[in-house]
Amino acid sequence: MKPRYTFGGDEHLFVEVDEEMSLDAFFKSLSMTRIIAERAIEGVTEICPANASFQVKFDPDVISPEALLEEVRSIEAEAGNTDPVLQTRLIEVPVFYQDPWTHETLMRFRERHQDPQGTDLEYAARINGYSSVEAFIAAHSGSPWFVSMVGFVAGLPFMYQMVERERQIQVPKYLRPRTDTPKHTVGYGGCFSCIYSVRGAGGYQMFGITPMPIFDPDQKTNYLEDFMVFFRPGDIVKFKPIDRVEYDRTVEAVVKNAFKPKIREVEFDLRAFNADIKGYNARLEGMINGD
Amino acid sequence: MAIKVLNPGLLTSVQDLGRPGYFHLGIPVSGAMDRYAMRAANLLVGNEESAAGLEAVFVGPQLAFDEDTVIAVTGADMPVRIDGEIQPGWTALPVKAGQVLSFDFLTAGARIYIAVAGGIDVPVALGSRSTYPIGALGGFEGRAIATDDELPVGRPTVRATSGRSVPDDLRRANPVPVELRILPGLYDHRVTKASLDRFFDEEWKVAPEADRMGYRFRGGTPLEFNEREQPFGAGSDPSNIVDSCYPYGSVQVPGGTEPIILHRDAVSGGGYFMIGTVISADMDLIGQLQPNTPARFRRVTMEQALEARHACAAMLDRLRKALQ
Repeated sequence: MKPRYTFGGDEHLFVEVDEEMSLDAFFKSLSMTRIIAERAIEGVTEICPANASFQVKFDPDVISPEALLEEVRSIEAEAGNTDPVLQTRLIEVPVFYQDPWTHETLMRFRERHQDPQGTDLEYAARINGYSSVEAFIAAHSGSPWFVSMVGFVAGLPFMYQMVERERQIQVPKYLRPRTDTPKHTVGYGGCFSCIYSVRGAGGYQMFGITPMPIFDPDQKTNYLEDFMVFFRPGDIVKFKPIDRVEYDRTVEAVVKNAFKPKIREVEFDLRAFNADIKGYNARLEGMINGD
Repeated sequence: MAIKVLNPGLLTSVQDLGRPGYFHLGIPVSGAMDRYAMRAANLLVGNEESAAGLEAVFVGPQLAFDEDTVIAVTGADMPVRIDGEIQPGWTALPVKAGQVLSFDFLTAGARIYIAVAGGIDVPVALGSRSTYPIGALGGFEGRAIATDDELPVGRPTVRATSGRSVPDDLRRANPVPVELRILPGLYDHRVTKASLDRFFDEEWKVAPEADRMGYRFRGGTPLEFNEREQPFGAGSDPSNIVDSCYPYGSVQVPGGTEPIILHRDAVSGGGYFMIGTVISADMDLIGQLQPNTPARFRRVTMEQALEARHACAAMLDRLRKALQ
């Protein structure tokens, strides 16, 4: 893992911590961005962490690009000595897989898909070696996911599957992006799952839909009153498959502003996780299901 | 006071200088595509440069005023009319209660900026009045303006006077063909050197898919990628990377075919490689490009980018002095 530094015009320093995705790269990126924030470097205006990279926006009238580059480079070693431990949230997200709304949409854009004869789930199950859509859904909802980036559009989480690499699901994006995706679609592209926070264009495969709002510009949703965006990098998500009855019931609760997501405060330790992924996930599962 | 929208034009929205600070959550800066023109319009009517005005693309709106005020229209060349009477652009214009502002066809550029003394006084959302329509955030009810909307106008802090005008040499021209200066970098190592050289040599054209989120270009030769085994998580296309941040002005080339320059309503990240970034000095220019405009991309160094930035700042200073 050798970070690569490059400038995005005269206002952005771009740091690729690693070419490939891993939680190690995410944690290194996270600790570097934290140290940059702590140092409160004059002229740095925004710090945007991504999956295995990050970007620092700066005002070159205040700090020269070279001076900023030097300062950020000097942080690299310090970041390597930080414990990969995170106080974070474990969140249960209900998902209605194979719902009628994403199904209608995926049928509308079939000519843009690798497999015009099937559905996105059938395609993803097949190319990942699952015998059925049900078995694939069991895998997608069977392990926790790590929010490694928030963005693309307002509040959209990119989630990384917390399993051994050989078990990770991978799917290509649509051949050509769709011009429409239902709000709250649970999607998949590359090795990332996502939840579309708003309706709009998208290229990820569509697996289902969640009734849970994750972005509210009016800040009226009870758990989004303090801030309009729900997810933060470092959150851990566990999907819970639900059926139509529970979906409708949850939507009703959302409309009445009575729905509250199930959230547990947890400490995540990357070393302990890497040492025993199965056991670690079982403990997380126990925490979200326990009271 | 309020402005009544008789006809919104094609796509007209409330914008100011933007909403920095939330890109890490996917909320872009938004604000005027051509910030210089927005600042000039505000200065003309005695507003703070950061006051909110209207940005209209290609087609001007028709607006009725319910009180006497002062307005200014800057940016693209689009003849201005008040109650049918032709008026100069880049000039503080008196408007009487009941009068109607309208426009003729666009002759050059793409976006006009309309400032009114006191500014458009929609609620501030995350520090800005700019409209971010995908997120239904800011602006007038989170969307472009529509017929019969009544846009609230703030109370001017200074008494606005009409008649002042931006000197000709401080009205930025919209040259055709346009030249956009790019600092190469980011993931430009993904394509062959010959291919990158050709990218900067060839003529491109602005594609019809050009909006506040990004400007697409076509007409050049597809890029050739250096071969590699795709890194884990990137996706199988050679133009794919592990989803990263996208700088404002960054030039991504999905599939290696049509470059897209991200602008004020940019998506904050994604999985396409980028070959470089348009320098800050040339971002305003993009906001004035019409589809089919021939364009060339010129490679510059960081030093040249900073020189160009200082030249822009100097021009803005001259504008401020001229309108003091």
